Amino acid sequence: MLKKEGEIRIPSGCAISGIIDKKRNRFNGSDIIKSIALMHDRSNGLGGGFAGYGIYPQYKDFFALHIFYDNETIKHKTEDFLNAHFEIESAGNIPTRKVSSIANKPLIWRYFVQPRIYKVKDLCMDEKEFTARCVIRINREFDGAYVFSSGKNMGAFKGVGYPEDIGDFFMLENYEGYIWTAHGRFPTNTPGWWGGAHPFTMLDWSIVHNGEISSYDANRRFVEMYGYNCALQTDTEVITYLLDLLVRKHNLPIEKALQILVAPFWNEIEKENPEKAKELKALRTVYASALINGPFSILVGYEDGLIALNDRIKLRSMVMAEKGNKTFFASEESAIRVICPEPENIYHPAGGEPIVVKLEAKI
Amino acid sequence: MKNINIEVGLRTAYDINKEMKKAAESNDTITLKNVLGQRFIGSGISKEIKIKIYGVPGNDLGAYMDGPEIEVFSNVQDAIGNTMNKGSIIVHGSCGDTAGYAMRGGEIFIKENVGYRVGIHMKEYLDMKPAIVIGGTAGDFLGEYMAGGVIILLGLNASKKQPLTGKFCGTGIHGGAIYVNGTIESHKLGKELKPVKMEQKDISLIENYIKQYRKYFKYEDEIKTDKFSKYMAVDTNPYKKMYIKY
Repeated sequence: MLKKEGEIRIPSGCAISGIIDKKRNRFNGSDIIKSIALMHDRSNGLGGGFAGYGIYPQYKDFFALHIFYDNETIKHKTEDFLNAHFEIESAGNIPTRKVSSIANKPLIWRYFVQPRIYKVKDLCMDEKEFTARCVIRINREFDGAYVFSSGKNMGAFKGVGYPEDIGDFFMLENYEGYIWTAHGRFPTNTPGWWGGAHPFTMLDWSIVHNGEISSYDANRRFVEMYGYNCALQTDTEVITYLLDLLVRKHNLPIEKALQILVAPFWNEIEKENPEKAKELKALRTVYASALINGPFSILVGYEDGLIALNDRIKLRSMVMAEKGNKTFFASEESAIRVICPEPENIYHPAGGEPIVVKLEAKI
Repeated sequence: MKNINIEVGLRTAYDINKEMKKAAESNDTITLKNVLGQRFIGSGISKEIKIKIYGVPGNDLGAYMDGPEIEVFSNVQDAIGNTMNKGSIIVHGSCGDTAGYAMRGGEIFIKENVGYRVGIHMKEYLDMKPAIVIGGTAGDFLGEYMAGGVIILLGLNASKKQPLTGKFCGTGIHGGAIYVNGTIESHKLGKELKPVKMEQKDISLIENYIKQYRKYFKYEDEIKTDKFSKYMAVDTNPYKKMYIKY
């Protein structure tokens, strides 16, 4: 039985890394593994994970559900639910290889699905909302089943172990994507379990995070009012839901959504011109509970690109660099240099300064 | 002068530091090649040797260092000179956050820019006066909780786009001095930091460090001292109100 977050406490940083090719040229998972492996000492073997975008071109119109199951019984029960709500185009276990350091693996399955149209229509929803609700429901009500990836043409791969071992376990060299992110975990407040590893995802959002969200409970209460359920009792998942809520449901442009998460200090707002100050003040007031506090550096993958964000007073490290069409982010410069020996434009984003690297439009 | 070359590559920090400690016994200089993220380089060596580093060393470079002179021919990462006691670190590039964290003695020279919280809680005692000299600009919280020593910010590449310092300078400072080549706008000063008058002895002190900076980095242009300003703590015990008096 997997121990859930919150059942025990392990007092103990983390490492994050990300690569994007703006022109959507795909590359396999080897580089991201190499980058995160260099920061081995930042994690402690209790969690590692990756997200890749553009990895399922043959199924790009289907939601790719990656699910952990504790046992066959819960798998059958969950599959009945999936069958009732989705057309399943393809199903199978996610290929893994034996890695000596990876033990106690759950059943790991993948389904490419489309929501059943009549159900979506009955509920007057769009297919994304329908899928999101199904994912939330499985994670809340199907004890022992955990959907850890649910986007289109993207996927998360994660587990308990050092990230380089997890990457090897999932054979990420066989996948090609135009965005990759990675996380090495050093859990501070909660145990390492398969579901608790990063990235945390919702539809095509994926987040890897180094730090701790002190405002977690305020943020959790806020998103739960909109139907999300923080089933994992870990701080990072709430950021995923905040972004999904602000961008997908409230239709805010990504830049505005990020401004809400790291709202400027009141004295900074006062220095702006009246019109801008009014807007910032309105955003801070309406979305007071969406402000994220505490030390963090995060990388957010989504369908349009890759975002890097630090807390407002930069309590965690983050460095970025460029080379050709690629932009690299990592907790440490050396983790970029190991895969790109001569990077250009090395830059340390300031606290609360969102960096958004967008993919060029699809051809 | 006896030198030993050590090829580093992807070897572990543990391995490298162990080899370095042994090498330090019988060499005057150690040259590390292709360094890539290995941590704690230079710590635990109590001998005045020279360590030359090619490649980007990992966090906590020179942590608890007690004697060596480290020269790095690239950028460095976070927390260099963490609690260092003696010796110097010369960086031909930029550095990440928290350089000189709780530094007790010795000198750090950085050719270009530094990140957040540089000089956080550095301290001094009698003749142990640590110094951090920065050629470029600094991020927020420069000299946060500073208790002693000096920070000298030359800002040679400062511009409108790349301001001399960030916000919250000297938050919680209660000792030591920060010298900057220019002035810090009042809204960027932490509550515990205030400007004080520059005196002749301050100029002499800065000139001495500028001389060293120019020598280490072969900086040829003149660096004038007439625009420098000095900042010090408002109070040696800024948070006393938060504690109960007995």
